[in-house]
Amino acid sequence: MTAHMKHDQPDERNVLDHMAQGIIGKSLDRPEGLLKVSGTATYAAEYVIDGCLEGVIVTSTCARGKVTSIDKQSVMSMPGVVDVINEPRMIARPAQGTANEAPEHKVGEIHYWGQPVALVVAETIEQARDAAKNLVIEYAPALAEFNPEDVVPEPQPDGTNEGDLNQAMEGADQCVDLTFTTEGHASAAMEPHAAIAQWDGKMLTVHASLQMLNYNIAELADALKLKQSQIRLISRYVGGGFGSKLGISEEVVAASVAAMVLDRPVRVVMSRQQVFQTIMRRSETRQRVRLSAKADGTFTGIGHEAVVSNLPGEEFAEPVTQSTDFLYAGDNRIMQIAVARIHRMTAGSVRAPGEAVGMPALEAAIDELAEKLGIDPIELRLRNLPDKHPVEGTPYSSRKLAECLTQGAKSFGWKKGKRTPRSRREGEWWIGTGVASAARVHNVGEAKARVTLRDDGTALVETDMTDIGTGTYAILGQIAGEMLGLNPDAVDVQLGDTKHPRGPGSGGSWGAASIGSAVFLACEAIRKELAGRAKVKAEKLTLKDGQIGTGKFSLPLTELIGGKSISVIGHYEPGAVEKNFVASGYGAFFAEVAVNHWTGETRVRRMTGAFGFGRVLNAKTARSQCIGGMVWCIGSALTEALHFDPNDGHLVNCDLAEYHVPVHRDIPDLDVIMVEERDPVASLIQAKGIGELGMCGGAGAIANAIYNACGARMHAFPMTPDKVLSAMPD
Amino acid sequence: MKNFEYAGADTVERATMLCAENGTKAIAGGTNLIDLMKLQVETPARLVDLNSIDDRRIEEEEGGLRIGALASNTAVAVDQRIRSDYPVLAKAILAGATQQLRNKASVGGNLGQRTRCFYFTNIDQPCNKRDPGSGCGALTGVARIHAILGASRHCIATYPGDMAVAMAALDAQVELSGLANKSRMVAVRDFHRCPGYTPELDNILEPGELVVAVHLPAPVGGTQLYRKVRERSSYAFALCSVAAIVDVKRGKIARADLAFGSIAPKPWVDQRLTQLLVGEKPNMALFEKAADILVDGARGVGDNDYKIPLVRRTLIATLCEATEI
Repeated sequence: MTAHMKHDQPDERNVLDHMAQGIIGKSLDRPEGLLKVSGTATYAAEYVIDGCLEGVIVTSTCARGKVTSIDKQSVMSMPGVVDVINEPRMIARPAQGTANEAPEHKVGEIHYWGQPVALVVAETIEQARDAAKNLVIEYAPALAEFNPEDVVPEPQPDGTNEGDLNQAMEGADQCVDLTFTTEGHASAAMEPHAAIAQWDGKMLTVHASLQMLNYNIAELADALKLKQSQIRLISRYVGGGFGSKLGISEEVVAASVAAMVLDRPVRVVMSRQQVFQTIMRRSETRQRVRLSAKADGTFTGIGHEAVVSNLPGEEFAEPVTQSTDFLYAGDNRIMQIAVARIHRMTAGSVRAPGEAVGMPALEAAIDELAEKLGIDPIELRLRNLPDKHPVEGTPYSSRKLAECLTQGAKSFGWKKGKRTPRSRREGEWWIGTGVASAARVHNVGEAKARVTLRDDGTALVETDMTDIGTGTYAILGQIAGEMLGLNPDAVDVQLGDTKHPRGPGSGGSWGAASIGSAVFLACEAIRKELAGRAKVKAEKLTLKDGQIGTGKFSLPLTELIGGKSISVIGHYEPGAVEKNFVASGYGAFFAEVAVNHWTGETRVRRMTGAFGFGRVLNAKTARSQCIGGMVWCIGSALTEALHFDPNDGHLVNCDLAEYHVPVHRDIPDLDVIMVEERDPVASLIQAKGIGELGMCGGAGAIANAIYNACGARMHAFPMTPDKVLSAMPD
Repeated sequence: MKNFEYAGADTVERATMLCAENGTKAIAGGTNLIDLMKLQVETPARLVDLNSIDDRRIEEEEGGLRIGALASNTAVAVDQRIRSDYPVLAKAILAGATQQLRNKASVGGNLGQRTRCFYFTNIDQPCNKRDPGSGCGALTGVARIHAILGASRHCIATYPGDMAVAMAALDAQVELSGLANKSRMVAVRDFHRCPGYTPELDNILEPGELVVAVHLPAPVGGTQLYRKVRERSSYAFALCSVAAIVDVKRGKIARADLAFGSIAPKPWVDQRLTQLLVGEKPNMALFEKAADILVDGARGVGDNDYKIPLVRRTLIATLCEATEI
């Protein structure tokens, strides 16, 4: 049985609020948490498979050109070497998120330094690594541009141009016209990209670390020219994805090809360096932000224009202006993105593509405008919240931005009034505060999940949806448990296996809302079936702790099931509400920083994030997502940057010692406020996406706090000590 | 990783004999060497494991302390005598790496720690230190972490460590043992070398020669500081660092022993600073003059130009803190 719904109308019933179990939203532990912290959760590369060979990817040492020869004989006699594979089925770039087909670029044509060109397969990983380093490859290199500043960027077709921004700027009482830069970012997930492929002549089974199996199976089938029914993908646990595992990447296809060619299981694990050099980066950006305002702070214009980069042939362009589009008022608007075609590795989705770098620039510009206007920066934002989409006129589905700004300010202890830099010093340290708004568009995807109420009174949830560390196992147990009157430990959630119904995949923060809606639909149908069996209306049903109540009688659920388990596939489909409403998560960041007068070192002393993202499904995992996002804010504000060699375009800082994500000592206590909200448009469970919102703007709050602390106004992220020192007044 | 032979040595004599052979590397904690072997930056044919040698003690000796080369960084940093008499050393060690790495890393190995230069650690790039004659990728490449003093046009890599910087300020001595039990003492300040035309040689060790111990001189007191500037507050190599032992008596500077990290191929000591400072009344103009002397002759290649004002300011800040002005 299938329970299908297309989301054409807002669902204001808030069904989950009227259930009896009382577990939805509760701060519950993840069911798989103990396995993870005790090292007993099995990740993709950790399956023990007899006779498994080890493959090591060989990557190019030039940024553009052709492979003219690969001398297999240079390594075939080395101990343990089984084969060198460089056939056309292999892929040279990762697939973009939701591509649903294999990348077309092949391993013989080089488009970036570090591109896979071959796979060396040997009996042990050490042998394979050694042979990979010794493989003699000849290239015919071609000239390549590496620096986005050196090429003329191509404007994207879908910009916004309303009114006359230039005129608005000229006629403004105050305006700012600023250019910000952000550097490239890496996802830097803890678990490197890895796959083990097994081929039995008919069926390919691949353990991989992937975020969206529903798309990945199509991508892999396309690469290998197999039918999807010949492939089983398994990703039960994913040690962080952050966008880098949205599409299939090179190791999945390489392991599969090798297993099929050699008729033996093959494992391919990327080295840490390869993960940095070969997997998606977030593009660096150059952003021009223009704001014009009347003396009372009313915006008359907003301009946000960004240059980003990608390889030739890639459609993805970091959507920098995505939330600027609808966040603030102003009749005269320009939003435009242009892409510089350069030969660095593929640019793609890294956590919160667009807002992660666009919001900090916008929010830092607003801080400068507030200073010029002499208006408190929170007040300035509050004065410019439109009551509908500023261009399209569509209503907001729900928006708690004002509440986030005011509740966050109260909790943080924000002092209204004139803000003068360098007004607080403790020893060598300048102390300052800053604020920024958060926004991240809300997305949903088509999703299916099977829920079975078994005759022993427990429930089973099955979908190929993944849990990339976000808490999917926990929240699906809570949704099913709430709807069916079961404790979460009576709900067995099985994820990350394409033998189950297709979920939406984890990406774009849409996972919980989409798959949660599918599980919800299945459970609603089960409740209906139970009501039928009990001969009452579904609304009269009370399910709690494995007991069923009808208002007239109460009995154990197992009695009503009576050996006839109920199995329903919930099928959620996004619908008309998507275009009839603007749906987004909102929030506000508050940061207090200390900047060293002598060295320019900046440390975040405390940070508050207040967020409104619809219904909270699990307060603990939701809070963890927010904290994770805020940690990323600190990284992107202060340290994270990919550095590319200007001569040959290779990525130089390609490990976790030299690509500086924040460490524990960089992270103070982070205060997270979740503003209660129900969003009838966002999903059938009134929840919006959470995973990315927590990093959409916070780097701007930190930049604003640095200025407030020491008077250094910077427009280049990350704000490392060298930049702080050169911008700091004497 | 290349195949290699593994040999254990339980005496210094046996270890030096084995290490004298071509292609042999000594291993203690392995926190640096094993990473480099995986990258095939280091490709020893044989590893000689020193861990069976019974010399990880920290012992008092006439006027000072002797630290066995196999003592872990953690053991040194938590030793009560070192914490009270040589706090600059404890502070420097604790400023480096992570607890897990410090537990494993040895004193001798830490002195031999190799550079973090991005071109040294990538075997597909030119590097005169790794592959003499191949060129220097950093000179025209990404050089944020590179040297502003003591470099040559063949190599601008820095010595990245913290511990040795404090040892240089303390003027500690390194005890070396070579073939046929030949021992010698070298000042930590003279142990590492500037690249000149031979950047492949990080230090003055002869073939087979091993660090056996580090000798700390008698405690000198004073205010001892280690200030390390970095982008993040842990697990990051210094942008620059200053080890300072400063004593003020009757209003005048009686001692000013200074060493600097991550700005040169070796822990950088400039005696002119000591000569300038000692005997003077601490004041800002004096410190600025000292800082000017330090960076007199410093040169960046673009990316690392910021280190010149940075180390200048860091020195001034350290002297202010040490003299409480």
